[in-house]
Amino acid sequence: MSYQGKKNIPKITSDRLLIKGGRIVNDDQSFHADIYMEDGLIKQIGDNLIVPGGVKIIEANGKMVIPGGIDIHTHFQMPYRGTTTVDDFGQGSKAALAGGTTMFVDHVVPEPGSSLLEAFEHWREWAEEKACCDYSLHVDITHWNDSVKQEVESLIKEKGVNSFQVYLAYKDLYQMSNSELYEIFTFLGEQGAIAQVHAENGEIIAQEQARMLEMGITGPEGHVLSRPEELEAEAVFRAITIASQTNCPLYVTRVMSKSAADIISQARKKGNVVFGEPITASLGTDGTHYWSKNWAKAASFVTSPPLSPDPTTPDYLNTLLASGDLNVTGSAHCTFSVAQKAIGKDDFTQIPEGVNGVEERMSLIWDKAVVTGKMDENMFVAVTSTNAAKILNLYPRKGRIAVGSDSDLVIWDPDSVRTVTAKTHHSAAEYNVFEGLELRGAPMLVICQGKIVFEDGNLHATSGTGRFIPCSPFPDFAYKRVKARKQLALLRAVPRGMYDGPVAEFSPMSRGGTPSASARTSPTKTAPVRNLHQSGFSLAGPEEAPIRPGGRRIVVPPGGRSNITSLS
Amino acid sequence: MSDCRRQWNREDELPVYLARPVTTGPNQRQKSYGMFSSVEGAFDSKTIDFDSYAVGRKGSRTPRSGSRERILDREYFCQTANEAGDNRGGSIISSQGDQDNGRPRAGILQPPGTDNHTSQGEGALQLLRGTRNTSEQLLIRGGRVINDDQSVYADVSVENGVIKQVGENLTVPEGVRVIEANGRMVIPGGIDVNTCFQKPYLSTVPVDDFFQGTKAAVAGGTTMIIDHVTPQPGDSLLEAFERWQEVADKRVCCDYSLHVDIPQWHNGVKEELELLVQEKGVNSFQVHMAYKDLLQMTDSQLYEAFLALKEMGAVVLVHAENGDLVAQEQSKILGMGITGPEGHPLSRPEELESEAVFRAITLGNRVNCPIYITKVMSKSAADIVTQARRKGSVVFGEPITASLVTDGSHYWSKNWAKAAAYVTSPPLSPDPTTPDYLHSLLACGDLQVVGSAHCAYSTSQKAIGKDNFTLIPEGTNGVEERMGFVWDKAVAMGKMDENQFVAVTSTNAAKIFNLYPRKGRIAVGSDADIVIWDPDKIKTITAKMQQSAVEYNIFEGMECRGGPVLVLSQGRIVYEEGKLHVQPGTGRFIPRKPFPDSIYQRIKIRDKMMGKQGVSRGIYDGPVYDVPATPKYITPAPSAKTSPTSHQPPPIRNLHQSNFSLSGAQIDDNVPRRSGHRIVAPPGGRSNITSLG
Repeated sequence: MSYQGKKNIPKITSDRLLIKGGRIVNDDQSFHADIYMEDGLIKQIGDNLIVPGGVKIIEANGKMVIPGGIDIHTHFQMPYRGTTTVDDFGQGSKAALAGGTTMFVDHVVPEPGSSLLEAFEHWREWAEEKACCDYSLHVDITHWNDSVKQEVESLIKEKGVNSFQVYLAYKDLYQMSNSELYEIFTFLGEQGAIAQVHAENGEIIAQEQARMLEMGITGPEGHVLSRPEELEAEAVFRAITIASQTNCPLYVTRVMSKSAADIISQARKKGNVVFGEPITASLGTDGTHYWSKNWAKAASFVTSPPLSPDPTTPDYLNTLLASGDLNVTGSAHCTFSVAQKAIGKDDFTQIPEGVNGVEERMSLIWDKAVVTGKMDENMFVAVTSTNAAKILNLYPRKGRIAVGSDSDLVIWDPDSVRTVTAKTHHSAAEYNVFEGLELRGAPMLVICQGKIVFEDGNLHATSGTGRFIPCSPFPDFAYKRVKARKQLALLRAVPRGMYDGPVAEFSPMSRGGTPSASARTSPTKTAPVRNLHQSGFSLAGPEEAPIRPGGRRIVVPPGGRSNITSLS
Repeated sequence: MSDCRRQWNREDELPVYLARPVTTGPNQRQKSYGMFSSVEGAFDSKTIDFDSYAVGRKGSRTPRSGSRERILDREYFCQTANEAGDNRGGSIISSQGDQDNGRPRAGILQPPGTDNHTSQGEGALQLLRGTRNTSEQLLIRGGRVINDDQSVYADVSVENGVIKQVGENLTVPEGVRVIEANGRMVIPGGIDVNTCFQKPYLSTVPVDDFFQGTKAAVAGGTTMIIDHVTPQPGDSLLEAFERWQEVADKRVCCDYSLHVDIPQWHNGVKEELELLVQEKGVNSFQVHMAYKDLLQMTDSQLYEAFLALKEMGAVVLVHAENGDLVAQEQSKILGMGITGPEGHPLSRPEELESEAVFRAITLGNRVNCPIYITKVMSKSAADIVTQARRKGSVVFGEPITASLVTDGSHYWSKNWAKAAAYVTSPPLSPDPTTPDYLHSLLACGDLQVVGSAHCAYSTSQKAIGKDNFTLIPEGTNGVEERMGFVWDKAVAMGKMDENQFVAVTSTNAAKIFNLYPRKGRIAVGSDADIVIWDPDKIKTITAKMQQSAVEYNIFEGMECRGGPVLVLSQGRIVYEEGKLHVQPGTGRFIPRKPFPDSIYQRIKIRDKMMGKQGVSRGIYDGPVYDVPATPKYITPAPSAKTSPTSHQPPPIRNLHQSNFSLSGAQIDDNVPRRSGHRIVAPPGGRSNITSLG
């Protein structure tokens, strides 16, 4: 492969396409029109288009033409303790295409202590080599200090990353303290990035895990028993509180339970800028399988937060997705083989976490939400593609069929029925968590970058054709509101005269030993860290600083008398 | 967040319904936001005449509608007289009208017409015979005895500090003092479950000590307090407890008990807790989620603390605020140049309170431990408690006098001393509808207990934080006003009935802290802590006439309907017609046993039900991926996974390279595990659990 099949090298025949007689479904409306594509872009939309000769014509026959799906959460080729997930970028993106998804956003998970930038470059390299469709990257912040801060800034400004995930779980590994979260959220809010959270209370989990193991529960059921959904809800609640304090948009990855989803919808009702992402697994199956007698099967469902053992959960989440309380769907596709899962055969805490779902995502939502009448086709497009594009600030390049958009689109067949099984899926995993599920609705034809990559069940994808799509900060979808609030949220001191009454004697150091007075105001971190950013200390954002006379104090007014300490 | 910007001090710009009253002076009436929000001076007509509603009323009495008196004036003078050594004990108090007329009236503005409103019904307490404090026997005749479950007309006879008989037409020997209640309400004395009369702050102690504080309590109809022992981090809990007990024993004038705050969690604490529970009669302990680097506990520590306390059968009190975020917000607010008391609520928004409440409840659920939230100050925190109760959690919420009566708009007062007087944590919510909301929840049982969190510091003590709001000692008054305001805001408004009133001010507290039925009920065998309550007594709160020593009363100028006329503590009359007859050191320490039934019955059953079982499977005998000792990919890394803190310089991290684990070190400690061993084909041959079907 001399030139790695990059798109800027034109290929014959496939770069000019005309889809005739389709019904275009965007998130806002559906209409009948033809689409003409050239050089990977949509050039014309309308009836009776005038197109050059020699164009390949696809007859849609009134079928739906939808923007290609965007899977906002994948873990392809993720390193884990010396091994990697079985689906690498090639395998994973092929599975994605087969399911009607034409773009994925993978998580860069740097080892704590290592450089975010380096990790990002590693991931880019791997993806560049193998990805068959466009992709973008989230970066996980696995530790926090000043140099990480600078790296985050350069990732936002130079590398095209606008979303960063932090963890409230994985104690002693990825977990962040509340103060760190506060600092990260403040920083991301200033930089215009989206804060994503893995929301589970890691401290309690660690306690519960120890308790389970002590009780002799070592199988996969221990996983769900030690991570009850309450802990997810608690962490979601906490993350929302911190985000609202710091005025930073929040994105909750992997909404797995009803209670967590409820917290999100409540917060949205109160006006918080928060987005929830249920994943294929939580929308399609439940956690009863953890009690399966088949260890390998039970282990294949292990993911965090775990699937809820409540069998009504998928239905509930689909309903919230339809009502707009949850916004986007990911797959959190992170597949390990049975042998890899078996690392934790004697101790559930060692089982590598992750389920499949990138291929099934679109069909599953169609089957569970649209076919059942919960959701219309436009909402379907919104939750599978458009909202994700908006959050990533890629809209309308992605997530919409419009002139000038990338020609990533799918001809969707709402009537096709297939049964999910590990024997026929495109992932390399031996187990499919949706095994045996019958799904209505499937892509008939998938066009990615203006090329037909999937047609009638046959994949024509080429590894290495995927492009990295840089995301710019301050996506309107989240930040318009945040910006307006920043301007409103000015805090002012009350101008008072000086207190001139008696002051009680007090010893500056309390007897209790430890710091006390000074500790109360000490900002968690070591002093040097804070000082670097002291200038940016303003709820109203840095640009407001000169306007506001910070903490002005009116000394004795011209009249003279200080009347503020009279005790009446 | 937008709430924070409200400038409550700019009255002229406020809508009418939010504006402060324009008048000033001691008689100013606080605007009420209640459902019967009234016009100034119109209270006469809205006074509920309970007599006309009473069913099966005993005896005929003159209606008392329209009567209105400033008993408070008399209180003040009686108190001064009393302290001056004028022993008026045993004197027969005639009708109040006479007293009113015969009393000098200095400097206190009385509304016109007050003098005309004297009535026999109002001044009904007549001492027929006997002298105070000498007789160990007493009879309260003709009262309406109100417990949390029912109200009955009955006489109550008291002997040696215990209720001997409750029933109709009781006869007592000659010479026993008889108190004619004339159909008034006879209720169990209030129990204030949250006071801090001895809490040191930077080497100063509150101006209301145990004597001053319990005096105020008694004057408000509260006959028992539970005070917080607040050891400093590093102090011995036992020693602190004994110190508190020693001070209290000498000073209190009503019965008391003690909570112990746990400043830090470590194993030594556990032993002390056991001792306190088993031998010292303490069954409630407070933990803090706020006060970072000082009292705050991490989630893991809370988990362990809850687990330990639950096993001892104790009640866990939680001060719920997210201390990490408070610390961040404080430094931010200070950085913006806001140093006044308004910085206090700005840095402690109610979200942080509700977040911590939610977390505490989650932890409690995990451990199956009952949680008691002290100081419910905001609507959102109360909502969380309510929701959790709906889901079946064993949670109790305690609003305090301040949160039930006033709001946080005063933090923006131009008067520093006034604004500082309101500083308490969690702060009063700036939302003016909060008190009303909390009363509604109290009335419907979603919140259970009313405390006062009385912790009074003088203005000069508050001024420690004059240049930095984080240093202002925290605490408001409220022990004296507690019962009166619950009556005024909830019962007189029709939200709550008198039985529920008794429940939230006394009975529920007694049940939760295992004092029931000794306290919190008028029944044979209970302690004779009894209050004769006058629902029509009207009093204007002012610092000039209170028992507490603080210069600022945060309820200044508010009118409060309902108050005690006579208070019995341990069978002795300690408050009567505005006069206190108390001596320091008369109160007893009441030990409390662990495992209070009202909360632990459920917990015990749940413990039995919650046993978990593993799934019995064959041994997995398929292939196992071999985890290499040192993973090959990327930088050093793997060791970092177990490093105790997430950001540490690399050299330190390498020291821990040996204990590599995804889930923290403690698991490895518990379960000896062979890492990544591979079972080859077993002797029997067939593997039946890894088939991929």
